[in-house]
Amino acid sequence: MSSGEGSSQSSSKKSRQPKYSRFTQQELPACKPILTPGLVVTTFILVGVIFIPIGLLSLSASERVVEIVDRYDEDCIPSDQEKTAFIQSDKTNKTCVRSLTVPKKMQHPVYIYYQLDNFYQNHRRYVKSRSDKQLRNPENEDLTSPCEPEARVDNKPIVPCGLVAWSLFNDTYGFSVGGMNLSVNKKDIAWDSDKNYKFGSKVYPKNFQQGSLIGGGKLDEKIPLSEQEDLLVWMRTAALPSFRKLYGRIEQDLEANEMITVVIQNNYNAYAFGGKKKLVLSTTTWIGGKNSFLGLGYITIGGLCLFIATTFIVMYLIKPRPYGDPSYLSWNRNPPGN
Amino acid sequence: MAPKDRNRDGKKKKLHFSKIYSFRCGRGGFKEDHGSIGGPGFSRVVYCNEPADFEAGLRNYPGNYVKSTKYTVASFFPKALFEQFRRVANFYFLVVGTLAFTPLAPYSAVSAIIPLIIVIGASMVKEGIEDWRRQQQDMEVNNRKVKVHHGDGLFQNTEWKNLRVGDIVKVEKDEFFPADLLLLSSSYDDAVCYVETMNLDGETNLKLKQGLEVTSFMNEDVNYKDFKALVKCEDPNANLYTFVGSMEFEEQQHPLSPQQLLLRDSKLRNTDYIYGSVIFTGHDTKVIQNSTDPPSKRSKIEKKMDKIIYFLFGVLFTIAFVGSIYFGIVTKKDLDKGHNRWYLRPDSAKIFFDPKRAPAAATYHFLTALMLYSYLIPISLYVSIEIVKVLQSMFINQDIHMYYEETDKPAHARTSNLNEELGQVDTILSDKTGTLTCNSMEFIKCSVAGTAYGRGVTEVERAMAKRNGSPLMVNGKDVVEDSPKSATKSSIKGYNFDDERIADSNWVNELHADVIQKFCRLLAVCHTAIPEMDEETGKVSYEAESPDEAAFVIAARELGFEFYRRTQTTVSVNELDTSSGKKIEREYKLLNVLEFNSTRKRMSVIVKDEEGKILLLSKGADSVMFGRLGKNGREFEDQTREHVNEYADAGLRTLLLAYRVLSEEEYKIFNEKFLEAKNLVTADREALIDEVTETIEQDLILLGATAVEDKLQPGVPECIDKLAQAGIKLWVLTGDKMETAINIGFACSLLRQGMKQIIITLETPEIIALEKGDDKNAIAKASRQSVIQQITEGKAQVRSSSEAFALIIDGKSLAYALEDDTKNLFLELAISCASVICCRSSPKQKALVTRLVKDGTKKTTLAIGDGANDVGMLQEADIGIGISGVEGMQAVMSSDVAIAQFRFLERLLLVHGHWCYRRISSMICYFFYKNVTFGFTVFLYEAYASFSAQPAYNDWFLTLYNIFFTSLPVIALGVFDQDVSARFCLKFPMLYQEGVQNLLFSWRRIIGWMLNGVCSAVIIFFLCTKALDPQAFNKNGKVAGFAVLGTTMYTCVVWVVNCQMALAVSYFTLIQHIFIWGGIALWYLFLLAYGAITPKYSSTAYKLFIEALAPAPAFWIVTIFVVISALIPYFCYNAIQMRFFPMYHGMIQWIRREGRSDDPEYCNMVRQRSIRPTTVGFTARSMARTNPLDGRKQNHR
Repeated sequence: MSSGEGSSQSSSKKSRQPKYSRFTQQELPACKPILTPGLVVTTFILVGVIFIPIGLLSLSASERVVEIVDRYDEDCIPSDQEKTAFIQSDKTNKTCVRSLTVPKKMQHPVYIYYQLDNFYQNHRRYVKSRSDKQLRNPENEDLTSPCEPEARVDNKPIVPCGLVAWSLFNDTYGFSVGGMNLSVNKKDIAWDSDKNYKFGSKVYPKNFQQGSLIGGGKLDEKIPLSEQEDLLVWMRTAALPSFRKLYGRIEQDLEANEMITVVIQNNYNAYAFGGKKKLVLSTTTWIGGKNSFLGLGYITIGGLCLFIATTFIVMYLIKPRPYGDPSYLSWNRNPPGN
Repeated sequence: MAPKDRNRDGKKKKLHFSKIYSFRCGRGGFKEDHGSIGGPGFSRVVYCNEPADFEAGLRNYPGNYVKSTKYTVASFFPKALFEQFRRVANFYFLVVGTLAFTPLAPYSAVSAIIPLIIVIGASMVKEGIEDWRRQQQDMEVNNRKVKVHHGDGLFQNTEWKNLRVGDIVKVEKDEFFPADLLLLSSSYDDAVCYVETMNLDGETNLKLKQGLEVTSFMNEDVNYKDFKALVKCEDPNANLYTFVGSMEFEEQQHPLSPQQLLLRDSKLRNTDYIYGSVIFTGHDTKVIQNSTDPPSKRSKIEKKMDKIIYFLFGVLFTIAFVGSIYFGIVTKKDLDKGHNRWYLRPDSAKIFFDPKRAPAAATYHFLTALMLYSYLIPISLYVSIEIVKVLQSMFINQDIHMYYEETDKPAHARTSNLNEELGQVDTILSDKTGTLTCNSMEFIKCSVAGTAYGRGVTEVERAMAKRNGSPLMVNGKDVVEDSPKSATKSSIKGYNFDDERIADSNWVNELHADVIQKFCRLLAVCHTAIPEMDEETGKVSYEAESPDEAAFVIAARELGFEFYRRTQTTVSVNELDTSSGKKIEREYKLLNVLEFNSTRKRMSVIVKDEEGKILLLSKGADSVMFGRLGKNGREFEDQTREHVNEYADAGLRTLLLAYRVLSEEEYKIFNEKFLEAKNLVTADREALIDEVTETIEQDLILLGATAVEDKLQPGVPECIDKLAQAGIKLWVLTGDKMETAINIGFACSLLRQGMKQIIITLETPEIIALEKGDDKNAIAKASRQSVIQQITEGKAQVRSSSEAFALIIDGKSLAYALEDDTKNLFLELAISCASVICCRSSPKQKALVTRLVKDGTKKTTLAIGDGANDVGMLQEADIGIGISGVEGMQAVMSSDVAIAQFRFLERLLLVHGHWCYRRISSMICYFFYKNVTFGFTVFLYEAYASFSAQPAYNDWFLTLYNIFFTSLPVIALGVFDQDVSARFCLKFPMLYQEGVQNLLFSWRRIIGWMLNGVCSAVIIFFLCTKALDPQAFNKNGKVAGFAVLGTTMYTCVVWVVNCQMALAVSYFTLIQHIFIWGGIALWYLFLLAYGAITPKYSSTAYKLFIEALAPAPAFWIVTIFVVISALIPYFCYNAIQMRFFPMYHGMIQWIRREGRSDDPEYCNMVRQRSIRPTTVGFTARSMARTNPLDGRKQNHR
């Protein structure tokens, strides 16, 4: 409302005509894609044509993987005993012997995994219960605040603190073929970044599993954390409640139909929460372990695309677009009163 | 003759010359209002020339500093922050941000706060810049200089802001008044001055103000040395046209009236200087009191968007609730046998996870979940929309096609928050004068002594001829080939008369040369214009009260009767002496001016010519003038009447000119009575004056008639036609009389022959008869009944016939039609008519009609106008468009968008409106899509983490999703997307209906997009988890942990969401490419950079990309697989819709694609068949003419 007139008059010598440019006039060169039948059909066919081979490749890669899965939690416990009490007792003999048949030749390295089901490593309380600072640097051993209730024992800091470390998986496996022990290589099962950066080479376990309640495995206090690869693997938490973790490698080929004898120390309490424990031996290919889902998925989607493409072709042929027939526009369908 | 909308007749001041004018108003007596001075509401006391006086100091009136800013430096933060958090979504994020500092938070507090800070910061920066601009403007105004009396008769330049009440200021020619001033004296002896009030009321004519006689002698600086006066007056108020006060000067009381008040922001003209005393300063001034903040308007889309946000909140609460229940149940079982998740230490858990207090844990978890799922609510939506709208309005401002060269005015979007509303207009309510027409009158024809002169062709005639000549052209071409600026010989503004019989003094040879002479003389003398001589060229220009008036004087000048000087009592004219053939000067003594008003519908002057003859010269509307002709004056009546009717048909304003010779005696008697009436102070003074003048304006001798064209603005009929084709209804609300309104209606194709007119008027004999009486109740009752009856009859007519109807209603009837119990009836009738014209409507009625349409139809209304009288309407309507033409700034100041010409409305609505509507609605839909997609992956992951509220992604991924990886493409969509180009928008106006019917922002579409989001989320989540878990995912046997799976999923989300955008965009410029693919690239770069910094900050993402993801082929092929799979559903849907059920814009895209856009016949066919029968506009007119043929053609197809 205040008088801006004066200023506009003084500037009136300068023309206020907008400058022409393709940008300001919104006439920039542009591609105006429109889903023509050709484009649609081509796209679908192209996707189909690319997807099916990828699918086949992935599937064959997955098929080449030889995998042995053995669930042992139920068999490795005496059926007449209360499971939780049995597993928690120090006195019971938890050794359990399993024999596995190699279905096909497994070329080395054969990866050994343990698989836990119904174990919520992704529970928020669990995930947060660790102190990354403490793991990295010996000077930070007092930084245990996120680790409650596994932070301190007799007011001394626990290293490594927190629920994740505390619940370390501690079943052990020994393998032999025909009486010959198979050596298990437990080096390099963790990610390098964990070994080199996230876990300190000068951080040693302290006061670990000294509390009233023992969770899982214990650690050798003389070996720095960065070399305790089992811990490192365990502490890289899993995404889903059913997960595998790398246990070690067998660096020799396993022939088809060989019998592998596995001596399991069945220490870990998965019984309390109704979890399952499995031992997995698997080879890998470029795609990783055995999972036909990806390959089948690719093939399905590829096939679907081809199917859609043909459907579109048929539809385009049967029902050519009525050129410029606006009779079904909403305002023509319900003509307003006027 | 009627200048526009003179509903304030009584208040408007004219060129008063104290002796001859009747002074109907202005000079008030002491008796009426002045009694209340000193009482409540009239407490102001001003010590003139003593601003620093102790007593004046006690009053403590505010300074003259004017502030239009919203904030000060100190109040900016609290106030602006408060504004921001008044939005529900922002407030929610504030609560979330605060809660993030508690242990409840599923993620770190910083990551929750940062987006909020960025979003709020951006909004506040915008606020700040806007306010800073206002501040600059204030500075400019407040620092203007004016001469102020500093004692001893010395005047010094002082800034406006330092003025105090009581200061004496000297304002010079062409300066603005710095405050409301009491006029004391001027460079003229009788203390008159001319004032231009364009900034106040938009009227361009000059107004005359006059100071009191007692102070008029003080027109020199030294007079103010010892000047003292005491003014008592009313308190500050907003009424521009009243002022009550008294001045005590030299121990005498003098009444003050608006006549002495000079208002701030008006301008001194034609006067060298004035002296005035400051009465009201700063925010007390009438003009600032008058400037209410325009009501802040929000678009329908935004209101709906709020609803969607509430809906999303509903979804958010539901899923949080479901999750909490589940969480509570699971947690409660944590200590049970067989479910004892000992690794969580449920035995020593805090309340949040305590199985023994599961209900409490669930309740806390609910809060946590509310924070976690906050990604469903698009935090950056508001700020993005604000940015987009500002950019959109920049495009509107920059549009070269909406720039008007003549006035150097581009379009100007004053508020940016209504852009998309421009694409949804259902009804346009338009002012007429100055909006549809130029408001520059051109003298084009006249009829003198029964002979019609003037060969000019009017706009209407030209339009008609054009249609008759080539009816096909109407449909075919969409370009206005030659702008209707006719190449007439004379380019004189206001004069378009072309007839060799009269021009160049040829009239002397005409049969009735004497009549012609009288005719021209009357034109030159009977008016109230003021001549202004250009000293260099000797050319005379005129300041007239209305453009018609100016047109007459100019016409007289061009015909050889140059009016060149006006003094208090004389009018001087240079005219041709018929005997000598030379120009001679003639002086007419002005005796009386009998002013125009709306009841008299005529004006007269009484002059004494050089021979001493007293003449009464009169001009007026035909309806009153024919009846006043004397027996000897009817010589040319029949021909003139015929001509007048012809002119009216051609859309011209006509006036009859007549004169009468008065005898000395007659005049004397009249003058006595007239003076007597004039000096009365009672209420019936006006009636008495009317009565007196009535007696003298009798027995007139008819000279002829004039026809002035109120020219339609260029392109108006075409524009109206386009708007009609677009299905927009146009109502004309005008202050003009019915005949003129109807003429213009015809001229711009709102009305056509064969359209049934329903005229609702109270000019019926019965009502008029009643009005003669005094019984107001009876009049009102009868009027109301009559109006209701007419409306009901009209409705019956409309129902019984399928023809197009036009409703024309006059102001008086409108008053009754707008009453509460009749207004719905009226509205029903009005919306079933093709065009509606309300004539003689007051500004208030205009606003009421606008409100009626807005509330009654629930559709978007747009009001367009140019004058101060349209302000109410502009503010009431959903969108107010101001025409920044000749009528000043008032309308523009209260409008939302200002354009220079009516025809730009076409482009503003059909192109920019449509684009903005489409952009904003797609943008909002897309916004919800991307957030639903993201939010639902988080939610789905929860289902696999026993709803413990562990986010699937790293904190910083969560944070940056909205502000980094997905923000720019959506802004580009909102700013640049075009479904069809401007050319096609204009070619197929029906496209506009997409906005009117809100097809692009229907609930169906919104929910559809959200479901699409859910669908994408489900596909992404399940395909990712199934493909990556639980087996090894690379050659080294490593398994995909939490970090790998989360990051892969996130990558897929970024890809899917951005590719979805690429599919949705229909106008792919380089900018879109950069933003979309840049967004994706940015994600990978971020992942690299984030992984490179120390694990202290990057935690789970440390070296993730280099070490784990990039080397694993599985990561890449999973990404491709998931992205393509997630896009297929939308792609299919889009392909099917585009091909088999295209929306209108889709059809146009096909036409363009197939290159058939240059095939006029084909386009025409598409257009014709998509148009529902238009009822107004010239297309409809030509259709109506060729109707039978057209019907047959359509059957053939």
